[in-house]
Amino acid sequence: MGITADDVARLGALARIRLTEQECHDLAPELNVILESVRSVSEVAGPDVPMATHAIPMANVFRDDVVTGSLTQEQALSGAPDQEDGRFRVPQILGEE
Amino acid sequence: MTPNLTASAAELARLMAAGELTSEVLTRSCLARIEQLNPALNVFLSVDAESALAQARDIDARRAAGEKLGPLAGIPIGVKDNFCTTDFPTTCGSRMLQGWTPPYDSTVVGKLRAAGLVIVGKTNMDEFAMGSSTETSFYGPTRNPWDTERIPGGSGGGSAAAVASFMVPLAVGSDTGGSIRQPGSVTGTVGVKPTYGGVSRYGLVAMASSLDQPGPCARTALDAAMLQEIIGGYDRHDSASIDQPVGDLTGAASAADLSGLRVGVVTELGGEGYEPDVLARFDEAVDLLRAAGAEVVEVSCPSFRYALPAYYLIQPAELSSNLARFDGMRYGHRAGDDGTRSAEEVMNLTRDEGFGKEAKRRIIIGTYALSAGYYDAYYGSAQKVRTLIQQDFDRAFEAVDVLVSPTTPTVAFKIGERMADPMSMYMADLCTIPSNMAGNASASFPAGLSEDGLPVGLQVMAPPMADERLYRVGGVLERALEQQWGAPLLARLAEKEISA
Amino acid sequence: MTATVDYDDLLTRYEPVLGLEVHVELNTNSKMFCGCPTTFGGEPNTQVCPVCLGLPGSLPVINCKAVESAIRIGLALNCQIADWCRMARKNYFYPDMTKNFQTSQYDEPIAFDGYVDLEVEGKTYRVEIERAHMEEDAGKALHVGGSGRIHGAEYSLIDYNRAGVPLIEIVTKPVKGAGDKAPEVAKAYVSHLRDLLRALGVSDVRMEQGSLRCDANVSLMPIGSEVLGTRTETKNVNSLRSVERSIRYEMTRQAAILDDGGKVKQETRHFHEGEGNTSPGRSKEEAEDYRYFAEPDLMPIAPSREWVEELRGTLPEPPAERRRRLQAEWGFSDIDFGGIVSSGALDLVDATVVAGATPGASRKWWVTELARRANEAGVELDALAITPAQVAAVQGLVDDGKVNDKLARQVIEGVLAGEGEPAEVVEKRGLAVVSDEGALSTAVDEVIERNPEVADKIRAGKVQAAGALIGQVMKAMKGQADAAKVRELILSKLS
Repeated sequence: MGITADDVARLGALARIRLTEQECHDLAPELNVILESVRSVSEVAGPDVPMATHAIPMANVFRDDVVTGSLTQEQALSGAPDQEDGRFRVPQILGEE
Repeated sequence: MTPNLTASAAELARLMAAGELTSEVLTRSCLARIEQLNPALNVFLSVDAESALAQARDIDARRAAGEKLGPLAGIPIGVKDNFCTTDFPTTCGSRMLQGWTPPYDSTVVGKLRAAGLVIVGKTNMDEFAMGSSTETSFYGPTRNPWDTERIPGGSGGGSAAAVASFMVPLAVGSDTGGSIRQPGSVTGTVGVKPTYGGVSRYGLVAMASSLDQPGPCARTALDAAMLQEIIGGYDRHDSASIDQPVGDLTGAASAADLSGLRVGVVTELGGEGYEPDVLARFDEAVDLLRAAGAEVVEVSCPSFRYALPAYYLIQPAELSSNLARFDGMRYGHRAGDDGTRSAEEVMNLTRDEGFGKEAKRRIIIGTYALSAGYYDAYYGSAQKVRTLIQQDFDRAFEAVDVLVSPTTPTVAFKIGERMADPMSMYMADLCTIPSNMAGNASASFPAGLSEDGLPVGLQVMAPPMADERLYRVGGVLERALEQQWGAPLLARLAEKEISA
Repeated sequence: MTATVDYDDLLTRYEPVLGLEVHVELNTNSKMFCGCPTTFGGEPNTQVCPVCLGLPGSLPVINCKAVESAIRIGLALNCQIADWCRMARKNYFYPDMTKNFQTSQYDEPIAFDGYVDLEVEGKTYRVEIERAHMEEDAGKALHVGGSGRIHGAEYSLIDYNRAGVPLIEIVTKPVKGAGDKAPEVAKAYVSHLRDLLRALGVSDVRMEQGSLRCDANVSLMPIGSEVLGTRTETKNVNSLRSVERSIRYEMTRQAAILDDGGKVKQETRHFHEGEGNTSPGRSKEEAEDYRYFAEPDLMPIAPSREWVEELRGTLPEPPAERRRRLQAEWGFSDIDFGGIVSSGALDLVDATVVAGATPGASRKWWVTELARRANEAGVELDALAITPAQVAAVQGLVDDGKVNDKLARQVIEGVLAGEGEPAEVVEKRGLAVVSDEGALSTAVDEVIERNPEVADKIRAGKVQAAGALIGQVMKAMKGQADAAKVRELILSKLS
């Protein structure tokens, strides 16, 4: 039950990376080696072990509802590959209306 | 007057405070050294001599005017290229961010500026900090000043090599699985990963959010402590930042001995797979700690065996999400936008072209680990392993004050040696990963040289918010070794000629 | 597929099952995770910072007020409030999302298991709430070239001012058993939410500005079956009226397909306000895999029970109780009061009463004159350009005898047309009733002279005959007279 080249292509689509057929074929065995070596993690921890998500447990870290500075429009767009009328210009978006 | 570039930051700062050295002279010397060695070592990705000298002159003027300056004011420093800076590009070693200059400063950089340090440039790194050798940088590998055929560690090989080759006395790095400590170990320098939440991550381009932690790179324990005192502390922009006082780091770095300190040697971090020289230097270092008054015992942390596999699920999972924003829409590289392609297609092409092989590999693994049907088996299980590792640390720290291990199983390997075999590359972080998984403080200090004359490091691990214990152990070890050799370890590198 | 199905008829064969997802933009000062302002209508990309632009290295910090609002909304919806919950990342790529993940909540919503009780045509319906969770809004894309819609657009321009504005998503459990009233129940539900959120003061709840958005899931279940039918999700439902219309349309559309032996396709559809129908969105090749995981950059939210109880103490009167109280205070019959509620005028009437008008007059203006005008304009009552205080001022003019009812309607017209406050409209349009006794007296005399027989009848005691004369006097005065005053004059002259 390893990862196939088709799986890699599907994951590439999900991650928005165009992978060539060759890349998918090359990556599949590499990923299998890595996944084989990490498989052990599913065997160690029983159902009673809680999942950790943070190194140091904390809770309720909030900020006050106060307006602080924003960037200028020029700063906001400073890295934009393309812009028009103060907005980020991007290629046509396919998808929902 | 030519300053001694091999001097520690603390010593250089003392000279400046005493009026015997100016920041401009020091900065000029550092810039000359960078100019001389950077072609061979590829340490700095960007350097701004004009700006650095202007900063230096400003500090000198303020000092001359009698202004009270911070303890490291005027000291030149290198900054890893994943910290946002408004005056340098921030590329993260990736083509994706080639030429991108952020409109804001990271908190760490803001603190450096406020403390008067002179930022001379940005240091090379593995692409988005993914690697243990600085070979995955789009801008070419950095070379180890001890042997330019070898890697300087990674991902922060640039920062470590900058400090080791005397280009700058200090640098900052970031450590997700060992990216400060392992380069420190293989370059004979000090690298510290503070407690998670001890130094703000705001403005540090994220790799794996729950693991990333900025920290100091230096040549001595005291220098690292001084730098951590500057960059550390609470920051309301980082929700994980800890709003609690830390111990006296610089005081600890100058501690006379280790009497009363209980040191645990981790059983699981040693033995098979470790180079004999690494183990020999480690044992000798532990003997020195014992001689300095420490009580040494062996401690078992059985779950550490699963740290590496669990890390290689959590880290790719988080980074697959963190790196999603690099899509060529708002900043950075954009590929294939010929006016006919859709945004989706342009994103696909941009991410194919902008990311290197290792980045893609990890993004795909992370996407897989988080995808429906596999989440529980992979990501969920890995987070449980993380709990087990934390429990191992908790138990260990009931019995001892610090844990020690080799920092990495081998000395610096040859460039290209492990690039074709990701798993062998990942093994370099075997010893450093547990502290990222648990969030506790950890550091690497020089422990001597292998038979081949390559540096070996000793890792010290302390409980969360007990960072001062790292510096106490590191400082004492440093002085004991210096006494043995009659000079700092890096003095041997200072005598060598570095060339590609 | 053009077969028309009779609405009442389809209900003999199918039971509609609804699911409503309402997104509410909170009216906090600053965004969900950063200090940028949330105000509507700023210059593009001027209300953005490294955090909401998703710049590399930036980190979110939760807005405390947004959490507070979420808890208050949860409590007002009779929900449980989580002891401990986390934000999560919902991963998918879309150019209006700066990080290509939305920071949301997944399996740990802050509020869950609630309900609201609604009254529709005298019957009470309970809509159960599955969950209310916190998330962030996305930027806004402007499509350039082609038709202006996405399909055929040459490129898009994106403004991220709205990115990161706090949202609460409120999701119902499947709503069953409403039968033919399903569309009305849905409308009543959204209307109820709107009133509730306004009373809580947590949102501007303006559907036309997008601060309240409704997605309607509709499916039909053959009567007698236990198996839910395939559902569609209708978006772009931007008014209360559209909630009802879009659901009614989907029910008939789906019934026609099922009657033909076809299968309803699970898809997202878009409601077209003008045509009153829905059309399919672009279908995705495969179901999205959002790869949810707990947001590692944010710490868990663990509201203390003390905090929750403190917030419970700040809740406004529950709508049902408030309605009972106001009906009693105002002394209206069920029919009159029901008219106020069903026309969505309750808050407006209440505010008009508070501004000084009598309940009767307040009801009259909102439920008749203003409701008619709103209907003509095709907008909600509260979208009319007149405030309860202005309505009360108009009634004040009537009470003072400055204008009569007919003139008052013209005053309202003037206010709606933006001509200023009621008193200014009276001034500018010259609408004040004539109180000049001389002119009025002359007009009355002339009318009496032209109608000797009617005058005789009144003299003989047939007072009701005065109506015919009053009308003529009013006509002669071009309406600008106080009818009561005219009547008084006629009667005194003929007594």
